[in-house]
Amino acid sequence: MDLSTTYLGLSLKNPIVASASPISERVERVKRLEECGAAAVVMYSLFEEQIVHESLELDYYLNRGTESFPEALSYIPDLPDMGRYSVGPEVYLEQIRLLKEAVSIPVIASLNGVSTGGWIKYAQKMEQAGADAIELNIYYLPVDPELTSSELEAAYVQLVRDVRASVSIPLAVKLSPFFTALPHFARSLAEAGADGLVLFNRFYQPDFDLDTLDVVPNLRLSTSDELRLPLRWISLLYGRVNVDFALTTGVHTAQDVLKAMMAGANVAMMTSALLRHSEGHVQQVLSDMTGWMESYEYESIRQMQGSMSQRAIENPAALERTNYIKVLNSFQEVSGGPLPTMNFSLR
Amino acid sequence: MVQRNFEAVDQTLAKLYEVTVPAAVSSNLTRRPTVPTEAPAFVRDVLGAMIAGDGDSIPVSALPIDGTFPSATTQWEKRNISLEIPVWEPDLCIQCGKCAYVCPHAVIRTKVYAPEALEGAPEAFKSTDARFKEFPGMAYTLQIAPEDCTGCTLCVEVCPAKDKSQVGRKAINMAAQPPIREQEACNWNFFLNLPEIDRTALVPNSIKNSQLLQPLFEFSGACAGCGETPYVKLVSQLFGDRSIIANATGCSSIYGGNLPTTPWATNRDGRGPAWSNSLFEDNAEFGLGMRLTLDKQNEYARELVQQFGAELGSDLVNGLLHADQSDDGGIAAQRARVTTLKECLHNVDSPQARDLLSLADTLVKKSVWIIGGDGWAYDIGYGGVDHVIASGRNVNILVLDTEVYSNTGGQASKATPRAAVAKFAADGKATPRKDLGLIAMAYGTVYVARVAMGYSDVQTLNAIREAEAYNGPSLVIAYSHCIAHGINMRKGLDQQKLAVQAGLWPLYRFNPDRLSEGKNPLQLDSKAPSIPIAQYAYNETRYKMLVQSDEQRAAHLLALAQQDVQRQWQHYHQLVDLYEAEVQAQVTAAAAASSNGSPKEQA
Ligand SMILES: Cc1cc2nc3c(=O)[nH]c(=O)nc-3n(C[C@H](O)[C@H](O)[C@H](O)COP(=O)(O)O)c2cc1C
Ligand code: SF4
Ligand code: SF4
Ligand code: SF4
Repeated sequence: MDLSTTYLGLSLKNPIVASASPISERVERVKRLEECGAAAVVMYSLFEEQIVHESLELDYYLNRGTESFPEALSYIPDLPDMGRYSVGPEVYLEQIRLLKEAVSIPVIASLNGVSTGGWIKYAQKMEQAGADAIELNIYYLPVDPELTSSELEAAYVQLVRDVRASVSIPLAVKLSPFFTALPHFARSLAEAGADGLVLFNRFYQPDFDLDTLDVVPNLRLSTSDELRLPLRWISLLYGRVNVDFALTTGVHTAQDVLKAMMAGANVAMMTSALLRHSEGHVQQVLSDMTGWMESYEYESIRQMQGSMSQRAIENPAALERTNYIKVLNSFQEVSGGPLPTMNFSLR
Repeated sequence: MVQRNFEAVDQTLAKLYEVTVPAAVSSNLTRRPTVPTEAPAFVRDVLGAMIAGDGDSIPVSALPIDGTFPSATTQWEKRNISLEIPVWEPDLCIQCGKCAYVCPHAVIRTKVYAPEALEGAPEAFKSTDARFKEFPGMAYTLQIAPEDCTGCTLCVEVCPAKDKSQVGRKAINMAAQPPIREQEACNWNFFLNLPEIDRTALVPNSIKNSQLLQPLFEFSGACAGCGETPYVKLVSQLFGDRSIIANATGCSSIYGGNLPTTPWATNRDGRGPAWSNSLFEDNAEFGLGMRLTLDKQNEYARELVQQFGAELGSDLVNGLLHADQSDDGGIAAQRARVTTLKECLHNVDSPQARDLLSLADTLVKKSVWIIGGDGWAYDIGYGGVDHVIASGRNVNILVLDTEVYSNTGGQASKATPRAAVAKFAADGKATPRKDLGLIAMAYGTVYVARVAMGYSDVQTLNAIREAEAYNGPSLVIAYSHCIAHGINMRKGLDQQKLAVQAGLWPLYRFNPDRLSEGKNPLQLDSKAPSIPIAQYAYNETRYKMLVQSDEQRAAHLLALAQQDVQRQWQHYHQLVDLYEAEVQAQVTAAAAASSNGSPKEQA
């Protein structure tokens, strides 16, 4: 059974990739992922904003109250060698090095920048530290009513162009689902030099606490139900935009991975499933996949990739928006049932 | 870039104007006097000159000959340092008193008073109906001292009442100070002149009630948002009119008595804490000496009262010797008896009468407090603390635990927790903190409590009241957030809560008296650890900086600290179980004794 695939020009032994998450903060866990069969790992993101914030914050708290009182010139010790403070990207870059030493699967660094200079600088450092590829995580919530979608998209495209010009390793861009004309935007990113698109990042929506009337963070892991949004969009984009696709959000089971492949993804990424069931889950999914492929007589992953993309299916309209009306009507007929949404049936 | 620099220079030059200095001063702005003109003469002339930085001009003859400085003088030093102060919204306020309780600087006060007292109030003075079951038909005001507020914002953080249509608006909110300074200063003065609550009509067993008591520790120079001073202030509210305080060197001795002004204050009757600072290494003994002196004086006074039985009458003698002074009512009644006693004695001319006159006040119960930080109690003064709690004498020890020597700049003490960075532990403290409370509990005769008002304000209040009521040594260890933790001070109370939730600061009260009442003496007042300590620790620079300097060591120490937490919690639980077994055994023995008759009869 040939499970191999390629992604961003990297040859992978199978399509399961661990997406960005705290798992990659620990070398042992990444080793374990490799043992369990994961084909590549994306590291947690390096946030430029956080680096800047942390160094300003550290400086503020280390120096607050100093020189204000004759009995105590400071309240927190200076380390004998202040250079030892690694505020900044050093910890991250060191982690790339450690992971590269520890495992032989590709390690993809992930970057969330703020300034153009920052994006370029950190991307270069990641390349130097040995990352096999870089995923640009353009996580940004535009709340300014003055900012138009075309301005924002143009800025992202320019960013990809700038980073592309400054590093030679492959580049992927991880997007949120909130773009108006996604196919056009995806194509612009490809033209600017993106080798792959990672669809879609999943945002953690804060919740309200009705007792305290506070806005509270609420981390909920995904379920397989959430697969459908990226599934549909990869089906639609496959063959239309010339890049590799990584499907993220809602990949939990072998079925989910197979669907992703059929939609046209090069790889299927997992975070929630790994956080919930830990690294050994990859092994299970791989063996279920092989079992399914054997019983339906598939020889390879390549054989199925894109087989259910919009271009390949019998009824392309099934994936388009008009279908929504049909679904709604059928819902009214079988009233009482849950609202059906887009899904593939794997027989 | 270079071109833009040139442009910047050019534009600067284009906007430079020459200012001609007028030959004569034409402004009519004047500086306020350092101390208001209505202040007492000594404050105006001596302290005022010191505040103005003009201390060298004061003649030696103007200074107190024995070093005794008048208290209640910070009220005259209007430092006026905050650009923002809280503003009260009476319609939203639930009158819980929490804001006043946590204010480190005693800037927020609450009063319940008869509505008639509002006559002549300034136009902007706020008042609403009091919501106290003890005081029907009364009015309520929560007032802020605008020129004493430090802007620390703890009061707003703690306020639980939110506007239903706009949850960001609370019953107290920060607002720009300059536009309301004059108006609020005027309101503050009016407020001060409203009558104080009748202490005998109030049981301070709730936060809201406790905050009707006048603080006798106010406007100290502690850092804005200091975690220590709210505890000190609470003690002053509950017992300040009869307390004698021995204060160890440390932050509390600096903000408690640094010249020129003194935050320890007096009430309208002129009563307030008598306070003195001693050394790091002898403060507990210093306080014990105060206790022994009072006890001796009281003993002699009682002897004398009995000698004067005939002159005083048996009612007065009985009252003086056997009065119940366990609450403010009892204290007030005893004070009245002492006044009568003094009146009677004025007519008697004998050496004994003169002795009794000078000692009469010691017949009123005094509250001895020994206060200091962890550097004192855990380290330098530890031998003395141990000696004093072993003495069995009735003293109250309050440890303001910042887990570090704060005043001298953040050196590690034995209270510094594992994994935290401090001076002398720049690589993160490798050993766990000493469990001072457990050591004290081992005697079985010491009242011990561990408190953190950010987690439970009521538990803190109960512990401090019980400690004072316990007729023996008491030790209250109070979590005090501090600038040396490297935190956003407005989140100080949140950190206290997280410390307890993480199990780093379990709350308990150990009251030996309960055993004789057939109750478990050890009560755990907080729940089992429910969050990882990282969730608390990594909000604080003292922990976080280790991650940045030596990530592996930080992870290693934090893992050990996490184990410490579990072990400590189990240990406390086992102690509770042990005492429970002891209580059950007592109950069973008592039941057996009553059903079988006394052991003697059996024999
Ligand atoms: C705890 C956690 C941390 C994450 N951190 C990152 C990150 O640093 N950068 C990023 O691009 N995505 C991050 N993600 C998003 C995941 O990589 C993934 O795209 C998302 O969880 C959806 O996939 P899933 O359904 O497999 O969880 C994180 C997700 C979780 C749950
Ligand atoms: S801001 Fe701070 S000092 Fe001012 S009233 Fe509130 S708690 Fe007190
Ligand atoms: S904390 Fe809020 S609700 Fe409570 S007394 Fe203060 S202002 Fe009123
Ligand atoms: S150093 Fe800490 S304990 Fe001392 S006054 Fe400042 S905040 Fe309070």
